Amino acid sequence: MPAPFANDSVGLVTPQTLHFDQPLELASGRTLDAYDLVIETYGELNAQKSNAVLICHALSGHHHAAGYHSEDDRKPGWWDNYIGPGKPIDTNRFFVVALNNLGGCHGSTGPRSINPQTGQPWGKDFPHLRVRDWVHSQARLADRLGIEQWAAIVGGSLGGMQAMRWALEYPDRVRHCVVIASAMNLTTQNIAFNETARQAIMSDPKYHEGNYQVHDTYPKDGLAVARMIGHITYLSDDGMGQKFGREIRSGSFQQGQDEPVEFQIESYLRYQGDAFSSSFDANTYILMTKALDYFDLAREYNDDPVEAFSHAKCRFLVVSFTSDWRFAPERSREIVDALIGADKAVSYAEVESDYGHDAFLLPIDRYYRLFTEYMKGVSTHV
Amino acid sequence: MSPSTSTGGITDPLRIDLDVIQAWIQPNSRVLDLGCGDGTLLQNLRDTKQVTGYGLEIDPEQITTCISKGLNVVEQNLDRGLANFADHSFDSVVMTQALQTMHAPHKVLEEMLRVGKECIVTFPNFGHWKARWHLFSNGRMPVSDLLPYQWYDTPNIHFCTFRDFEFLCRELDIDILKRQVVAERRFSRLLKDLRPNLFGETAIYHLRKHR
Repeated sequence: MPAPFANDSVGLVTPQTLHFDQPLELASGRTLDAYDLVIETYGELNAQKSNAVLICHALSGHHHAAGYHSEDDRKPGWWDNYIGPGKPIDTNRFFVVALNNLGGCHGSTGPRSINPQTGQPWGKDFPHLRVRDWVHSQARLADRLGIEQWAAIVGGSLGGMQAMRWALEYPDRVRHCVVIASAMNLTTQNIAFNETARQAIMSDPKYHEGNYQVHDTYPKDGLAVARMIGHITYLSDDGMGQKFGREIRSGSFQQGQDEPVEFQIESYLRYQGDAFSSSFDANTYILMTKALDYFDLAREYNDDPVEAFSHAKCRFLVVSFTSDWRFAPERSREIVDALIGADKAVSYAEVESDYGHDAFLLPIDRYYRLFTEYMKGVSTHV
Repeated sequence: MSPSTSTGGITDPLRIDLDVIQAWIQPNSRVLDLGCGDGTLLQNLRDTKQVTGYGLEIDPEQITTCISKGLNVVEQNLDRGLANFADHSFDSVVMTQALQTMHAPHKVLEEMLRVGKECIVTFPNFGHWKARWHLFSNGRMPVSDLLPYQWYDTPNIHFCTFRDFEFLCRELDIDILKRQVVAERRFSRLLKDLRPNLFGETAIYHLRKHR
């Protein structure tokens, strides 16, 4: 049978669920007594267990970062552009680990899971999580996999926040930290967008104070609007204009005609909102956006990013995209300046792109090549 | 070629100036290389003198090349200043063959001496006899193997002679600790020590703010 997948694809992959029964103390003061993490791995762990790369996902990501779950899959994992044989995160060289974070809705323990104390789904009672909680759970995952030190931890957006937190919390357990389209904390405007999205969910009558599962319903419309708001902010004005312009999908502006007009962008956003809300959980969305809002890398270091990064021991690659206004290049430059102030090894590139924040997921020639070169450097010292 | 790319302004395959700069930089020091190009200087300093540091560059290809060498390279347009670097946070700040591409060379110089305890600058000499002769005999802006650009399409927007530069240093209260004049062509090499501003092709200056 001919191989159904491209040569640079990791091909068919199978997620696995790992159970952890050592209680995890959370930043909120609460404790998760036991939890599951769903992961996927690509490539082979070498004998020294020194070639492992952790992929930290962003707001809507999960463990399925590359490859296909079946031969009929329409789309590969969310970062398939960058993970695979010969790709920047080269599975011929690295053992790549991707997980669904705690609080997620793709199989890891989260608001949809059953709370063992009540026998009911957690719903909105699921503990609030912060980025450091994910980092600690990922450290347990590393222990389980026998990985003492990651060759690299890589993340975009919220994933970049996890990578940076790793560098401060477990400085001896990571050699390289790749932070893409991220920030040391969210801007006011960013928090405002997140709150608007949350309100869209909570004002859906089917939200039921977060206990919609018990009511056997789902705030699909609210979540779809939340996603539409997010989606607008992940694209750039120019990018949207180039892709959709003022193109009309249906209706007409002709004089004497009363047929309602629908612009292409309206239909596109509705499609995106609809597709997303069919496969995502509303409480997870609220939890993830809250974690984004709360994150502040330097808060416990006297609000001094240089002091914060003085605890890191790894090398850093920081990448931003020119049209990304949600995690603008200036925010990445703050990271870089703090790293230089702390005398840490860092390289920084500001990649020209019209794709806004979403650029970090897309194949962009310059980004692809510099990422490849950096990761080659990572792999020569495993 | 992007307009403010530092090493792009002059074609100088041998880069004798880099050897001189390396000799002037202390082992184990912290260096900021403004317009680091493909990172040749930083790489040599790292490999031979255990120097740590960063290169600033705006050309995407050069940045990728630096990354492939495992160097610290930061994308930054020097015309936007060095405000993100603390006072005296580097032992040396270096700029090779880029001063003439800056929008405000005098401000860049002052910034370099704020950020670095010392700085090293190299630039091509517009007072070289070939440039003078070209302007004198043709009445046109010099275009040569040394200065290969037309006046309307060149990254080199602020040429100066050695004397011009030294006048500026005096005005800005900058001490010239050392100066080395380089000429690669045999004829100039023989005469550069006699009349540096006429026969020197490139000068390397070691500078410090007057105390």
